[in-house]
Formats: sequence, C-alpha cells, structure tokens
Amino acid sequence: MALYSETVMDHFRNPRNVGVIEDADGVGEVGNAKCGDIMTMYLKIDGDTIADVKFETFGCGSAIASSSMATELIKGKPVSEALQLTNKAVAEALDGLPAHKLHCSVLAEEAIKAALKDYYDKHGIEYDHSLFPDCAHCEGCE
Amino acid sequence: MQIYADNAATTKMSRAAIDAMLPYLDTVYGNPSSLHSAGQRANEALVSARERIAKVLGAQPQELTFTSGGSESDNQAIRSAAKLGEKAGKRHIISTAIEHHAVLHTLKKLEKEGFTVTLLPVEPVTGLVTAQQVADAIREDTALVTVMYANNEIGTIEPIAEIGAVCRERGVLFHTDAVQAAGHLAIDVHAQSIDLLSLSAHKFGGPKGVGVLYARRGVRLTNLIEGGAQERGKRAGTENIPGIVAMAAALEESAAQRDAVTARLVPLRDRLIAGLAKIPHSALNGDPVKRLPGNVNFCFEGIEGESLLLLLDDKGVCASSGSACTSGSLDPSHVLLAIGRVHDVAHGSLRLSLGADVTEEEIDYLITAVTDVVTYLRGMSPVWRDLQNGKRSYIL
Repeated sequence: MALYSETVMDHFRNPRNVGVIEDADGVGEVGNAKCGDIMTMYLKIDGDTIADVKFETFGCGSAIASSSMATELIKGKPVSEALQLTNKAVAEALDGLPAHKLHCSVLAEEAIKAALKDYYDKHGIEYDHSLFPDCAHCEGCE
Repeated sequence: MQIYADNAATTKMSRAAIDAMLPYLDTVYGNPSSLHSAGQRANEALVSARERIAKVLGAQPQELTFTSGGSESDNQAIRSAAKLGEKAGKRHIISTAIEHHAVLHTLKKLEKEGFTVTLLPVEPVTGLVTAQQVADAIREDTALVTVMYANNEIGTIEPIAEIGAVCRERGVLFHTDAVQAAGHLAIDVHAQSIDLLSLSAHKFGGPKGVGVLYARRGVRLTNLIEGGAQERGKRAGTENIPGIVAMAAALEESAAQRDAVTARLVPLRDRLIAGLAKIPHSALNGDPVKRLPGNVNFCFEGIEGESLLLLLDDKGVCASSGSACTSGSLDPSHVLLAIGRVHDVAHGSLRLSLGADVTEEEIDYLITAVTDVVTYLRGMSPVWRDLQNGKRSYIL
C-alpha cells in the first residue's frame, strides 16, 4: 500500500523492541482505547543511559511503526538525549507520515516522556516539571 | 495465495460485461443523441440495455434513469422525494442509523434546509429495522421513507417488502438503496412496493461510474444535473454507453446465476463465520441469517483494524475495516456504533466480502490468516495484556 513509506512499512512489519521489561525502571502508557491507539513504553536505565527499551502498542500501522522507531532512536542513548526526542524526529526518521497519522508520532514521543517521568518519580530524582507538560490527553475523540 | 475479499467495495468486472462493453469503446462510439447511423447504433444499445435492466427489476424501461452510480442515484431519489413532499407541505423523512453516507449526508443537508429527519435505531448486533418501527414513525407530514435493502458493512438484509407495504398503505414514498443488493438478492419493484431504488454497476460485475435510479411512473424526478434532454430531461449529459451496456450484461448475468451462487456461497460464508468465531473474544456483526451471501464482519477485541488489514494484505488477502484509521475520520464506522459496538471494539473490525468464485480452500486460508494476524497483534497489544491480566474487562 502506498499510504506509508517503505521505512514505516519496515518498522510495522518488523517492529524493533516489542515486548515487556518486567523489572522496568520506568513505564509510560499513553492513548485511549476509545480513540483506537494505546502505547506502553518500558525503560531500563543504567546510570545515565537507556540500557533497554521495549514497547507494546494497540493501534494502526503508523502507531506500531512510530513506537518501534522511537525505541530505536533512544536505545543506548543518554537519558538527557531521550528527553529531547520530538515527534518530528520520529516522523522524519520514518521518512514521513501522512498528515492524519502525525498524531501517532506525537503519541510515541509522549509515551517515552511518560516513561522517563515515571522513572524520575519512582527513583525520587528531582526534575524540571516543565519537561513534562500534561500530555495525558487524547486529541482524537473529543 | 491471493484472495480478493473486498467485493462489497467493488467487484472484478465479469467477462460478459467486458465483452459487452468493448465494441462500444472501439467501433460503436457514436453519441446516442446524434441522428446519423453511428449515433443511432449507440442509441439502439441504450434502448436495449434499458429494457433488459428494467426486466430484471420488474420495472418499465421509461422508469429507469441512468446515473453515474449509487451515490448520485441516492442523492437524486431523496432530493426528488423531498421536493415532492415540500410541494404538499410535507417536510419529514424517515431513515435508519445505518444507511450509506450518500443517504445520510443528503438527509443532513435537507435538515439544514428545514426538513425533519427521523433516523430509526436498529436492533443491537443484527442491525435489523422492522416495518412496525417505520409504521410508528410515519407522521402526517412524512414525505419519504428511505431504508437500504442490504447494509454495505454488516451485510444485514432489511425487510424492505414489508416496509414498502407499510409505506404504500400510508401513502408515503419509499426509496431503497439497493446498491449492495442488486445482482445478489431478488428485486421486484412492484412486489416490494418500491417507489424509488438506487443501484450501482460495479457491485455486481459491472464497471465503475455507472448506476441506475428507478422511479415509479408518476414519481417526478428533480434534476441534479441540468443540460441536455438526455434521460427524458431528468439527467443531462451524454450517456455512458459502454458502461450502461456492460451494466446490463452484468446485471442479467448475476440475476441468472443468483440462485446458484447463493446456494454455493452461503455454506462457504458460514464456514468462514464458524472459523472466525473460534477466535476468543470475537463477535459477528450483523444478522447471522438475514445476511448477504458473501458478507462476513467481525470485531476482535484488543486489536486495531488498520494494522490487521495491512498484515492481511501481506498475506495476500484484500479486506476492509470499520476502524477510525481506515475510515479516514476520528470515529469508527457509524454502522458498528449503531449496532451497539463501543469504540474500543469497533476499532478492531474486519469485513470480508467474498466473490462468487471463492473456494473452500480459500475460506480455510482466510480463517488461518486472520487467526494468525489477530493472535500476533494481540501479542503486542497493551489492551489485550490488560484484558488478560484482569485490569480491563472484556467487552466481547
């Protein structure tokens, strides 16, 4: 189908880092089943590095591909770099998403940030709250 | 294996339709309005096609208007009935919640123009409406009842003969969108008390871009397209002769083969339904019996329809879904919502619409392919994980 780029289809057909980390240091879940997409990100953090990352996604092809690409973009990177991940970077790395699917890349960014926030909260690490604007929303169905 | 299971979207053209069409692309290319022999040969084809289609529908040739397809026919039928109603001071229309958008959007426009529309709710799961519901909804000022013959998504066959009888008795015009029914179910405009009927050629082996509007003699049509005097002045524009000729051939062929195709297809459809019903937390949408012979529609909990379609496509299966991601809107299919499927499960819907030539081997392949893909997608779904560990309750 020409709806998606080859890169999107590759990440959709062969998603990287699918699964659960049982002893994750941070877990973030965003989205809403009513809207048709939910993403869960699991992070294992070693010192200042994203040692491992896994995801689970309920959603369309671009939601699965966006989650997969987002995990690839942060795996092995410093936490500070993961915090800088933008939906734009996810969409660009996928060689673009159709306009009506851009929210999937937003969801991927939000899922990673939610997992990082969870990591900070669980471990009592101080952080700048402006890094995590309230993103527990769903633009989709309202 | 390659299986095209999206025949409710469009069908492959039948060989008979292609063969019927070719001479009118190649050698008989005249304009039927022209006086010369080239034009008159085209006109003869037009006259003949109209007679043959009328015969299949139990109509008179002059009661048929050729259009660009189902949407135009629906628009013109409803607009015409609304105009007739307006003249008599009647500005109320009855329809159902599961009509095609060609009907629903036309009704929305009429509401803005001052009409009142009653959309009848349908029975949960089956999507059936009853003649009694229609009878109860008819008012003094009801101008039109429009109820589809068969639903395009869930395949439910509505009791249109009973509804038509109620309308006839109460003196209200009755239109039926028969786009999914034509060629697949029996149509007799008199026996079924139909005043207006829409059909589209590409749903039964004809070409795209051509359809019919039947209007019972005496039901005056309002033009959507003004111009020349084609179609008794009710639909301007040079007639699509190749399309019309091919439509006639396709309709005659499918009508002749209908009983045999239905007898063959229904057990295969039911085999597919039984196979997919074995997938845990799945549910059939639509009536199990009052159902188009080739339609299968399921919801699978915990997954989303677009990813299901993409992975099925990789396995050679062309199908369709009512999920928001495939509908191009933010909400899942209005039909699935109307039969009581909540958003969460409506997103995980799959429609397989079988062709007349589908084999038992292909049915078994479909069962395996869908089961495998649903299982795979559930394996990476946080919704399914929550359902499994009890954090979320099963809906299906």
